[in-house]
Amino acid sequence: MANVKLLKEKAKEIRKLTLRCIGTLGVGHVGGSMSVCELLSVLYYDKMRVDPKNPKWDDRDRLVVSKGHAGPAVYATLASKGFIPIEQLDTLNQPHTDLPSHCDKNHTPGIDMTTGSLGQGFAVAVGMAAAAKMDHRNLTIYTIVGDGECQEGQIWESALFAGNYGLDNLIAFVDYNKMQCDGYMSAISDMYPFDDKWKAFNWYVQVIDGHNVEEIANAIDNASKVKRPSVIIMNTVKGKGANFCENLPTCHHMTVTEEMWKNAVAALDQED
Amino acid sequence: MKYEEKMMRAVYTDLLIEAANHDDRIVVLEADLKGASGTQPFFEAHPDKAYNIGISEGALIAGGAGMAAMGKVVFADTFAAFITRRAHDHIMLSVAYAQNKNMKIVGTDPGITAELNGGTHMPFEDVAIMRVIPTMTIFEPCDAWELKKAFPQILAHEDPIYIRLNRRNPLIVHDENYEFELGKADLIKEGKDVTLIASGILVEQAILAAEELAKEGIDAEVINIHTIKPLDCEAVVASAAKTRAVVTAENANVIGGLGGAVAECLAEKCPTVMRRIGAQDRFGQVGHQDFLLEEYNMTAADIVKAAKEAIAAK
Repeated sequence: MANVKLLKEKAKEIRKLTLRCIGTLGVGHVGGSMSVCELLSVLYYDKMRVDPKNPKWDDRDRLVVSKGHAGPAVYATLASKGFIPIEQLDTLNQPHTDLPSHCDKNHTPGIDMTTGSLGQGFAVAVGMAAAAKMDHRNLTIYTIVGDGECQEGQIWESALFAGNYGLDNLIAFVDYNKMQCDGYMSAISDMYPFDDKWKAFNWYVQVIDGHNVEEIANAIDNASKVKRPSVIIMNTVKGKGANFCENLPTCHHMTVTEEMWKNAVAALDQED
Repeated sequence: MKYEEKMMRAVYTDLLIEAANHDDRIVVLEADLKGASGTQPFFEAHPDKAYNIGISEGALIAGGAGMAAMGKVVFADTFAAFITRRAHDHIMLSVAYAQNKNMKIVGTDPGITAELNGGTHMPFEDVAIMRVIPTMTIFEPCDAWELKKAFPQILAHEDPIYIRLNRRNPLIVHDENYEFELGKADLIKEGKDVTLIASGILVEQAILAAEELAKEGIDAEVINIHTIKPLDCEAVVASAAKTRAVVTAENANVIGGLGGAVAECLAEKCPTVMRRIGAQDRFGQVGHQDFLLEEYNMTAADIVKAAKEAIAAK
């Protein structure tokens, strides 16, 4: 059983560190970082086999954050977990930093894949899962994709590949916050019905509350038991926990003042 | 002149099968063109190391990059037009930038060898768009011996490599004693009056051109550039300094292709009179190879004419 209390605490810690990471710089991808904090808590504090002291451990599980712009939330998680020092979060996007906007495995200990051109990380994760299966390796490839990212044809090419080859060591999460860079998905290019699309590609599909750590943990357990690739569609709120922009379509990439992020952290501290 | 009896794609597939017999890292990926690539025998010999993922070049390259990240040595094959154009972002980012680099990107039917598939399938631009990717090596074998001799070095090469593969039966230029080195120019014939620098199927035309020029008392040097990137600029400069006239010949757009690469090298290191044979910034079209050679002025006669012009302009 997942330790729900711990996972909720860690999600809050990740959320606060994400605010600090972006807020110290003063600008960044707030919305899509804040919406995946519970998932990152469950992955790093319950499910994933990783070792902060040995980030390139060959038998570790891998996480490919295909929505690479969620980098700050992943860096916050890696700092929380001890892969990198907490103070390093203040170097986001500074000259010669090892914490660029978009995840880069050649810069940051604990990042498993370089991502940023949407759709590609997911496709790379499919290849990683195929290779791991080819060698009968007992490890899981996790990947997080954005809902808007699923507008990329690349996603569906690779979903076919994974479905047809029965890659049961692959678990994907869709951060379904219903917004993308330019606004509401429903006003741009809607993905509804999302679950049916994945089912049609021969994936095992679950739809859950992406801010409920227990639901996330249970869904991963279910996914681990099926003999085909799994997708967990997480209903989320873009900007969740950033009180200056929560659920606003403008929160994808925005300016964040010191007052804004510190107030948001204080508000989170007020919650139980 | 003797031509290979075995098609280049069969030579390529034999090399793959042999390598995979004792190397579990090797994987072959196809996007519904294994018939054209000739890798069907590999799929039969090593079904557990072969994937035909369907018509999806992005998934082909990015999936291959994921496999490379997990320790595989990946050969991804499809038509040169599609693997370089449709999957360019994937090659740039998921292979090169992300350093999932042990990937061999094999583009078949380069330039006019696309023949009856016509303009949509006839890449003259592939060399240019692959040249601008940092860390990328571009290799174009002119005959089977060159492919065979290069193969161990390709396997051992740790950065991404683009292999421009004519799948048919080329002129036999080399023999089993050929000493091949990736990245080093291959001097086919020494000469003193003009340098003919060719790649791929145009090596044959350059050799024929040198023979024609010899009949007129012009002593041409012939250099085969199998590694278009990194270009062996040192060898190019050494020859240009001797002959003071250079003609390049390639089955690609001269803009950004071998002609462009040689011009860049010489402009900085040894400004020399040049002429460039190849597609002159034109699209492809349907036709057999002989017709297309003439249509794009890639014949030995065109090289002879260009050589005389370059010599006259010294």
